[in-house]
Amino acid sequence: MAGMKGTIYTETVIHAAPEQFVKDAPYQLAIVTLDEGKRLTARIAGDRVAIGDQVVEAESRDRIPFFKKA
Amino acid sequence: MRPVAVIGIGKTAFGAFADRDLRSLAVEAGEKCLADAGVSASKVEAFYLGNFAGPSFVGQNHLAPYIAGGLGIMGVPCTRFEAACASSGSAFFHAVSAVGAGLYDFVLVGGVEKMTSQPTPKVTEILAGAGDMAGEGRAGATFPALFAMIARRHMYQYGTTREQLAAVAVKNHANGAKNPLAHMRKVITLEQALAGKPIAEPLTVYDCSLISDGAAAVLIAPLERAREFTNQPVKVMGIAQTSDHVALDQKDDITTFRAVVEAGKKAYKMAGVSANEIQFAEVHDCFTIAEIIAGEDLGFVKKGEGGRYVEQGCTALNGPRPVNTSGGLKSKGHPVGATGVGQICDVAQQIRGEAGERQIARHDIGLAQNLGGSGATAVVTILGVA
Repeated sequence: MAGMKGTIYTETVIHAAPEQFVKDAPYQLAIVTLDEGKRLTARIAGDRVAIGDQVVEAESRDRIPFFKKA
Repeated sequence: MRPVAVIGIGKTAFGAFADRDLRSLAVEAGEKCLADAGVSASKVEAFYLGNFAGPSFVGQNHLAPYIAGGLGIMGVPCTRFEAACASSGSAFFHAVSAVGAGLYDFVLVGGVEKMTSQPTPKVTEILAGAGDMAGEGRAGATFPALFAMIARRHMYQYGTTREQLAAVAVKNHANGAKNPLAHMRKVITLEQALAGKPIAEPLTVYDCSLISDGAAAVLIAPLERAREFTNQPVKVMGIAQTSDHVALDQKDDITTFRAVVEAGKKAYKMAGVSANEIQFAEVHDCFTIAEIIAGEDLGFVKKGEGGRYVEQGCTALNGPRPVNTSGGLKSKGHPVGATGVGQICDVAQQIRGEAGERQIARHDIGLAQNLGGSGATAVVTILGVA
């Protein structure tokens, strides 16, 4: 799984978080279209991204994939 | 299938009621409905209840017989339906199917949710359970976030604007201000809506429906028996329930709800009408973008033009096709499990000409669209004068 690459299909910045993620807010969430074609929902690390941006997998925390700008 | 009619409607006010429990709300709606129809509880042959998350919100399971007992309905099938925000739409669909098939003559359909006894982060977490908790939920998605991502993509593909989203909220608050049962009876301006506190960008608090307590009920019967009980039966002309992926990231195109498109087509076919013939509608505006997409998915406008349609006033109370004359989920409130049946009550009230200050001029045929999750369940119902 490591090293996945893709393109931002859509994104949002969450201000009102569910109980378990309140400490992380605000955080950016995105749906990434992977180069292989599948889509997945991931967190964004570092700079904010926009639709169409190229991203790469940065890390996985608690099995949550984090992507960052390529 | 034999024709089915709605012969009674009943709703509680929607709001935040610290002194009311789930059962008392559901019983109040049921009693109002039976009184409206002039039918006693002993005549009810089945009780179908829509409820999303009673066990999580208030720790109560086995809800259908629990509420039926409070209504004096005993010894009959009492069943809870869960389909996220389309729970009572689904209960209504299955009740119409059962009466249509000839299994029963009188089925009471209820919907209830008691949400405000939990703090907002907990409510947000419970609502997230209507999505895919192994994927989007684990990554930290909330329901506002899923619809925010839908809005972003719709804006990107079709040029939908922040102002068009806000126009939905302004319109629905204007309608809800005239609805005595609405949760937030407050007129808002476009400037207020645009300056709201961010929830999930680009959505602000004014793009999100309310966290509410409330209940609704309808009594259905075969159309051929309806006039024994009412001078104004409301005919179920068409109805369909459909499904799609639960996870948003599994959908090819998130700017449309495929389940709504399919349910709409089936309901139009069953009713023998086209989208153009629908005079008014109650649609599932859990978020402002959802009302814009509903107009497109139901064929009121072409794909991508839903934002302009609202902005130009086409769906206003005095517009050519009023949408959400009740105030919608945005202003009337969204006690999740009550919403689907609540919409049926609201459409029936307009058809019966009993909407008071909100009564519209053309009210012979109306549509209700109830959406579960980010589109995994859709129920579309077309009601008309009998």
